[in-house]
Amino acid sequence: MDQLLYSAEVVLNGLMTGVMYALVALGFVLIFKASGVFNYAQGVMCLFAALTLVGIMNGQVPFAPLLSAITGNRIGTFGFTVPAALAVLLTAVVMVGLAWLINMLILRHLVNQAPIILFMATIGLAYFLEGLGDVMWGADVKVLDVGIPQGISESVEAWTHAVFGYGFFIDRLDIVAAVVATLLVAALVMFSQYTRQGRAMRAVADDHQAALSVGISLRFIWVLVWSIAGFVALVAGIMWGAKSGVQFSLSLIALKALPVLMLGGFTSIPGAIVGGLIIGVGEKLFEFWVGQLVGGATETWFAYVLALVFLVFRPQGLFGERIIERV
Amino acid sequence: MNFRLTALAAAAMMAAAPALADLVVPNLSYRTGPYAANGTQYADGFNDYFTLLNERDGGIGGERIQVPECETAYNTEKGVECYESTKGSGAIVYNPLSTGITYQLIPKVSADGIVLYTPGYGRTSAKNGKVFEWVFNAPANYWDGASVAIKYLLDQNGGSLEGKKIALLYHNSAYGKEPIRTLQELAEKHGYTLTEIPVDAAAGQEQKSQWLQIRREQPDYVIMWGWGVMNQAAIQEAANVRYPMEQFIGIWWSGSEPDVLPAGAAANGYKALAFHGVGQDYPIYDELQEHVIAPGKASQGGQHVGTVLYSRGMYAALVISEAIRKAQELSGTAAISAAQLRDGFEALDITPERLAELGLPDFGPPITMSCENHGGSGMARVQQWDASAGKWNLITEFTEPDQEVLQPLIEEDSAAYAAEAGVTPRCS
Repeated sequence: MDQLLYSAEVVLNGLMTGVMYALVALGFVLIFKASGVFNYAQGVMCLFAALTLVGIMNGQVPFAPLLSAITGNRIGTFGFTVPAALAVLLTAVVMVGLAWLINMLILRHLVNQAPIILFMATIGLAYFLEGLGDVMWGADVKVLDVGIPQGISESVEAWTHAVFGYGFFIDRLDIVAAVVATLLVAALVMFSQYTRQGRAMRAVADDHQAALSVGISLRFIWVLVWSIAGFVALVAGIMWGAKSGVQFSLSLIALKALPVLMLGGFTSIPGAIVGGLIIGVGEKLFEFWVGQLVGGATETWFAYVLALVFLVFRPQGLFGERIIERV
Repeated sequence: MNFRLTALAAAAMMAAAPALADLVVPNLSYRTGPYAANGTQYADGFNDYFTLLNERDGGIGGERIQVPECETAYNTEKGVECYESTKGSGAIVYNPLSTGITYQLIPKVSADGIVLYTPGYGRTSAKNGKVFEWVFNAPANYWDGASVAIKYLLDQNGGSLEGKKIALLYHNSAYGKEPIRTLQELAEKHGYTLTEIPVDAAAGQEQKSQWLQIRREQPDYVIMWGWGVMNQAAIQEAANVRYPMEQFIGIWWSGSEPDVLPAGAAANGYKALAFHGVGQDYPIYDELQEHVIAPGKASQGGQHVGTVLYSRGMYAALVISEAIRKAQELSGTAAISAAQLRDGFEALDITPERLAELGLPDFGPPITMSCENHGGSGMARVQQWDASAGKWNLITEFTEPDQEVLQPLIEEDSAAYAAEAGVTPRCS
């Protein structure tokens, strides 16, 4: 009975972790769906967004570490702080600016290039953004406090204890992340279904040439999509950054999004969510039941094994579009 | 045109290369990548101590110290590249701040005859100078740390750990696995149960499985062998599952400010080992302020002065500089070679009085090394985080590890290395 209860707790926490993975995967899906570009830099965008948010909230002088190193004097902050809500807004504006710059400086020069070229360009972008974030905001671990509660949910613990005789652990931050992810997906679906720009985005995703022929600006759509992906990166960066500080390891969370994408499909928003949930639950249950028998630390590789097993049966992922090429 | 280009290239090379008369101590640092937050602070302390010696004393024995930095990003391949690209500049000692890089460099420095100094990290059995001629790891190594942690717990439990449950939460790498054998041996001796819980290095941010296990099994103590984001995530998760911070002890690489600050007040009471003092309450900081920070010569503007890792980098530089001083004294020459520096390390004797003279009274344990002993006494102490004051407090005196258990392990491991690498033991 104990093992069953523990398993239920593991499943619940796996679902919550899956939501966190899905938040990162969503950014990849948005860009791939609209432009066919696999954005290797999505993880670094999460990091860059979170670094910018903390920098703005703390009133940090941009490039302060560089200026300190050059002048030999300690240069830190402007001496004021910015409320979290305003800082989130300002960071979103920065991410829109970044999207515009990416389009102006990289993407528009690579129109009609093979997907692998665009992919390589995003690898370069990832390294550039990582360096830029370091030079702009410093390599320190930054505390991100936007008021999201953390720690065990005592009400869930008390309720499960009353019902099952064992109090389940659920992190309050994970509950907030689940609510935010739900709202985010609902907003994205509403945007793409009911707004002019959203419909244009879908048209570009379906067929670039056809979209161009009816007067949709490809460049505008790409800026729009990269801006939305930047905003999604900001949300993911906030959630992961609130967990263990904003630092360069944040960019590595993209590694967790890859099996989610392989499983859910690269072109489906619901796929990212469902894929995240399956990966989250799968890796946690495997670690619980098998991990301790084989020395533990199975989660990273098991997520990929699970995704590969799915790929064997559904190469396009659970919700991906089947590619049919007729001769 | 060609002449101009050649002249420019020659000038650039002369500007970039250290002056031939200087002593070269490369700083294999990491200011980028996932461990940058830790590497930056350590590198600043290392640089600033040598800057202090250069600015205040004109170097050591009249020889200025050049500290060229090379970025490793905590990547073993890059670390080896840094070694290869700087060893020709007359480097006499390396301190790469990475166990992975250290393992790769041990055969290289042995072949090239250059000193490798790895305080508190690297290959533990390098303490045996009979086998590892060029490697030094005083004042303490990983096994010392594991033993001091258990001694502290013994002290907390009236001298007995019989029936207690201790979990080791470790970075799933060569570094993280280092204390396992020692803790197993000590478990046999003291009767506690050891549970080993690995955390994948690539997924250090996500430790829910590990902490659910700890919550279910409720070990009496958790010992952590972490680095980088693994530390911050573990301390936050411990707070999330309400694991008592007073029962959570990290190795010295899990006990710096970046590890505890993200968890805020929840990290209050967390403990970690230390082999040196913390804070700025030492006379040396007045000297640093006058000669390094105020004139604008501090590494990165002195933004990390006084932090744990800054102090550790500074301490590593201090031990190297004292070994250089000793080597100069023994050889009668200021421009020492790497071989003479090795002799300096083997004759090193940093007494409490000498530490006080250097402006760091009671900062570290006395360090005495010899041909046989490259690891010093192995003494360490315990520090505890005070979240409201935002500082670490030292809560024990320096404690000696259990050499009765450790020495046979060191002999065994170094003998295995000697057989594998074809090393004939020296010091006879």
